[in-house]
Amino acid sequence: MANAKTAWLVPVAGAVALGLLPLVVTTYGQDLVMRIMVFAVFALSLELLVGTTGLVSLGHAAFFGIGAYITVLLSPASEAGSVWLLLPLAMLAAAAYALVVGALSLRTKGIYFIMVTLAFGQMAYFVFHDTPVGRGTDGIFLNLRPVLELGSAALDLGDRMHRYYLTLAALAATYALLALVLRSRFGRALAGIKVNEQRMRAAGFPTYPYKLAAFVLAGALAGLAGFLLAAKDAAANPELLSWHESGVVLLMIILGGLGHLRGAVIGAAAFTLLRELYGTYSIVGPLADHWQLTLGFTVIAFVALLPQGLIGLPARLRTARG
Amino acid sequence: MSAAPPLLAADGLTRRFGGLTAVNRVSIDLHSGEIHAVIGTNGAGKSTLINMLSGEMRPSVGSIALRGGDITGWSQPRRARAGIGRSYQRTTIFVEFSVFENCRLAAQAARPRPWAVWESAARCAHATGAASRALEAAGLSELAHRGAGSLSHGGKRQLEIAMCLATEPVVLLLDEPLAGMGSEETERMLALLAALKATHAVLLVEHDMDAVFRVADRITVMVNGEVIASDLPERIRNNAQVKVAYLGEARRSS
Repeated sequence: MANAKTAWLVPVAGAVALGLLPLVVTTYGQDLVMRIMVFAVFALSLELLVGTTGLVSLGHAAFFGIGAYITVLLSPASEAGSVWLLLPLAMLAAAAYALVVGALSLRTKGIYFIMVTLAFGQMAYFVFHDTPVGRGTDGIFLNLRPVLELGSAALDLGDRMHRYYLTLAALAATYALLALVLRSRFGRALAGIKVNEQRMRAAGFPTYPYKLAAFVLAGALAGLAGFLLAAKDAAANPELLSWHESGVVLLMIILGGLGHLRGAVIGAAAFTLLRELYGTYSIVGPLADHWQLTLGFTVIAFVALLPQGLIGLPARLRTARG
Repeated sequence: MSAAPPLLAADGLTRRFGGLTAVNRVSIDLHSGEIHAVIGTNGAGKSTLINMLSGEMRPSVGSIALRGGDITGWSQPRRARAGIGRSYQRTTIFVEFSVFENCRLAAQAARPRPWAVWESAARCAHATGAASRALEAAGLSELAHRGAGSLSHGGKRQLEIAMCLATEPVVLLLDEPLAGMGSEETERMLALLAALKATHAVLLVEHDMDAVFRVADRITVMVNGEVIASDLPERIRNNAQVKVAYLGEARRSS
């Protein structure tokens, strides 16, 4: 915080490191890092709601899943779809649902807001799980991944490297957008609403449209993450919309440290890596079947020992040493 | 009676909560250049009255006019942007932010431009200017870069007023600005109120009777939600009904 002028260095260095990473890691590692980047976009979108505005949503996966489903459903069966078309549509569809959910849920506060967002999230889940739209539990597969036409050249998401760099670009763009938002008047107003909404109204801010705008923006960015996941896995399934997934992304930002964009990215990385670690037979043996248990204990330990999240770790170490 | 039309005028305000009538047919006028104090025992309906004037609560009956135009149906944010500022009895500053940022954020409401996400909030000349002027007026300029949470109690109360001033209001609704203050802090706040009155219409709800009689130009006394007297301070002091209902009671209890 003290060195605000150099604060942009860390994320830029991180982006450069992610850009060079494919040169040194295997395809398995590249897929894992891609998964982390997708979830980092998803976590950043929720961070805008929870960490910045103080709105704890338990239905955020609905917008993620809608983004993924729209991408798969609107892709042509026998040729590659266009990123120019699918990506905006995925984000718009998620934003549209966020507008409806936000307009209604933001009339409530605290625990009621959590319950209403959970209910709307589950509604979307059941639409894709139980109606012909989503083709049931197994979800649907994408025959050909989308292509991004750039003049005469094209980025083919069927190619792992192209996919990797598009995902990285999306993460960098999301991070940069949110960093801009946080320093803008809009972002400062959201921060004020988180601390004391009543005082903001007394100063003259109509807080409801502010919160709704944040909710819709967060929904659209979750839709972007959904698009990236569908492009990565060439599939969408209803579990993406379930409240488990909303809980996972909430855990990610808590684990990383609420109130910081970096926290969301670090949390997404830590959670995804731990999940991978605990699910690997060659490392943890038969415990791999019970990765949810070991991961659960780890998260509890982290929250107990690092109430500020992983982002508070350096400060914690400094006080421990000093 | 001032000859000029009032800046803010409330007419026959009544607020019921179920069977309880918290405020009953209260009319009050606020003029620029005047401190109008409202006194009364706990539960007399003073805070409910402020809440209705600021727009946090809708009156059950009655109307409110700003510069002669009806604003009864306006939301609190709209009234705030039209020039009605308020402070709270319980300090409501943003303790996580710096003293300056508290005022800058409040001032931002006048030119919000929420869509301009590419513009840095800290570079908005209007808000930074208004925040600096408010801090100057409240005597907090030297503490501008301190964390708001690190201020003394009196400093927090001053900041509460400064945040209100940063929105550049014409009407100030101040709910117990002296609550919990030491004598030195009280003096500073009273000097501030006296200075503010030149350019604002001030409604002052306060329990400190000495302070009220020193700064008020007009006093309204409320008992059980009703106005029992509204007059110049010296006539309120000698009003028999007020003595029995309020001042006498206060003297006995203290």
